[in-house]
Amino acid sequence: MLSVRNLIDTTSLTADDITQILDTARSFAEVNSRAIKKVPALRGRTIVNLFLEPSTRTRSSFELAEKRLSADSLNMSGSTSSVVKGESLADTIQTIAAMNVDMFVCRARLAGTPYLITQNTDAVVVNAGDGKHQHPTQALLDLFTIRENFGHLDGLKVAIVGDLDHSRVVGSLAPALKTMGADVTFVGPPTFQVSDPSWYGVTQTADLDSVLPEMDVVYMLRVQLERMEGAVIPSKREYNRLYGLDERRASLMKPEAIVCHPGPMNRGMEINTEVADGPRARILDQVNAGVAVRMAAMYLLLGGENNGISA
Amino acid sequence: MAFLLRGAHVVDPQLGCDQVLDVLVDGKSIAAVGEGLQAPEGAEVIEAAGKYLVPGLVDMHVHFRDPGFEYKETIYTGARAATKGGFSDVATMPNTSPVTDTGTGIRYQIDRARHANLVYVHPIGALTKGEKGEELAEIGDMLVEGACAFSDDGHGVQSAGMMRTCMAYVSQFGRAVLAHCEVESLTNHGVVNEGRASTRLGMFGWPALGEELEIQRDIDLARLTGCELHVCHISTARGLELVRAAKAEGLPVTCEVTPHHLFLTEENITESYNTNLKMNPPLRTAADAAALREGVCDGSIDCVVTDHAPHAAHEKECEFEIASFGTVGLECSLPLMLNNLVRKGHMSWQTLVEVMAVNPRRVLHLEPVRVEAGSAANLTLIDPERQVKVTPDFIESKSKNCAFLGMTLTGCATDVFVEGKHTLVDGEVAW
Repeated sequence: MLSVRNLIDTTSLTADDITQILDTARSFAEVNSRAIKKVPALRGRTIVNLFLEPSTRTRSSFELAEKRLSADSLNMSGSTSSVVKGESLADTIQTIAAMNVDMFVCRARLAGTPYLITQNTDAVVVNAGDGKHQHPTQALLDLFTIRENFGHLDGLKVAIVGDLDHSRVVGSLAPALKTMGADVTFVGPPTFQVSDPSWYGVTQTADLDSVLPEMDVVYMLRVQLERMEGAVIPSKREYNRLYGLDERRASLMKPEAIVCHPGPMNRGMEINTEVADGPRARILDQVNAGVAVRMAAMYLLLGGENNGISA
Repeated sequence: MAFLLRGAHVVDPQLGCDQVLDVLVDGKSIAAVGEGLQAPEGAEVIEAAGKYLVPGLVDMHVHFRDPGFEYKETIYTGARAATKGGFSDVATMPNTSPVTDTGTGIRYQIDRARHANLVYVHPIGALTKGEKGEELAEIGDMLVEGACAFSDDGHGVQSAGMMRTCMAYVSQFGRAVLAHCEVESLTNHGVVNEGRASTRLGMFGWPALGEELEIQRDIDLARLTGCELHVCHISTARGLELVRAAKAEGLPVTCEVTPHHLFLTEENITESYNTNLKMNPPLRTAADAAALREGVCDGSIDCVVTDHAPHAAHEKECEFEIASFGTVGLECSLPLMLNNLVRKGHMSWQTLVEVMAVNPRRVLHLEPVRVEAGSAANLTLIDPERQVKVTPDFIESKSKNCAFLGMTLTGCATDVFVEGKHTLVDGEVAW
């Protein structure tokens, strides 16, 4: 049993919650490696994927996870839902909820949307990313990937590099890492730094090169280029020169250190191809873990037991 | 109609009065103040022992949304809210639709208020046409029709040159410019205080500097033009320091604070994203709120205002980032001041009367009201022991978006007289 009813943020999760999800995800990862990748765990349950903001990767991952759990799912996107017709979110949720659904998976442009959904339905709500606020399943799949690599999370040193202030990935990953006993450093230009790093209990610096030799994990964030260039950073070229993870910078890292990225990557900006495709990269492992971790989270939230997975 | 208010504790710092007295109201004015007054035949006697009688309270910063947004509030419903809160006078901000930027718009509000027949409504005219910050509005015309002051509240005037023109022009009339201080290039998209709150909640920050920089600019423009400057809804400790320094220099600068900036902080905004706590300027840090409380108690802050900002349910029951800014405040303002400051001994009754009645009239150049024979009978009677529970039913405003819902507060107005009319009777609006 998890201590939370909904998965809205990682700040509400205990270390035990996170461990339960990661352990359960391990069992599902094994299911995902079989020829027949399906269990009846959520047969008869209805899950609504409400994506109020475009998403390809996260949405595909949730959909596959739902299919492999045998749940029935309904996809609603920002362009097909009534939200764009001027209907309020509350009305949209109450309307869907009236059709007896068990879970909402929600991606939204605005912070706090998943909480607002919980106020309008008894169904379980999973946050698939809300504005700049949180993206808890991304953090959990990152933790899964890192734990698989090192065998543990406590004591690891993790640098999160890039557009910290506009990142919901940071909002979930940093607190979850801290809860699990890892040490976190934020790296980015001052125009990308968060206003109050003390909220996360992390240190923050603009000097990537000095940080790299200490780190076990270097987590490169995607720069939302379409929003950023010219506004808070001068150019893609300059960003790559100062903050891009290229071969030279990767060579400063410890031999066993790994590189993560939530995707999609801007190759040649925050990360160069030789690193993205190199031996340190765990980027496809993260994608792979995504399905298993989302299966685990949905399974546990809908009442499944940690040890009760039947194949 | 005559009323004898018997045995009230009269507080009027303008007269140095702080004692138990009887007050006789006859017609539109106060007929007598003294001990042991006899009720003339036909006069209604109100036993006021244990209550405080003060000059009618003034809220010099409210939004009544009329004309244009009557689904949020009208002059009538706003007047009811003001009466419930113990006010005899309010000053209405001009961000209506159309913007109140002509004499006709001023006259409309005054006429509607006369029809409502509860509080005095003193309209504030826009500084610039459409509050766009580009061209001077017809300030003189509005003054002639009854505007009491001028403001583009809701926006800062972004161009320093335009603000200079506005202040220079207003200076000829000897009235105040009420400045909403916000540098939009710094507050762009901001919905909560920049710092801990914006980091924690994952939303764009509205930095303190966005307010302080424009306060400093407008103080400098007051020095240049000689125009009276009143800084609206001050929210940061440093902003208050800037105003203190301007006053020490002898500049014609005053300021106001809202109960929500005194008694709420950014920490009240939790992961439940309560949109009734979305304010402009935003709720600041606990240190800012403490500095503001100190400032209002020591007289550095001239006025307490509510920035009463009604919004319909559908404009608040939505995602925080797209919700409208503001809280309704008229009903709770006096109870909050009594409960949190006066009853705890942080603020004297004299100071309460100054910041809620005397100073707002002075800043707006309204006729002073005193608890003495011959003065207009604009009076507020306060029961410091009566409890109010802030529920939607308690709120008379058409909109119920109140940041203080759920609180129980001790101390409230029980009766209000406006030009001798008994508009609030034992806590209920008379009509």
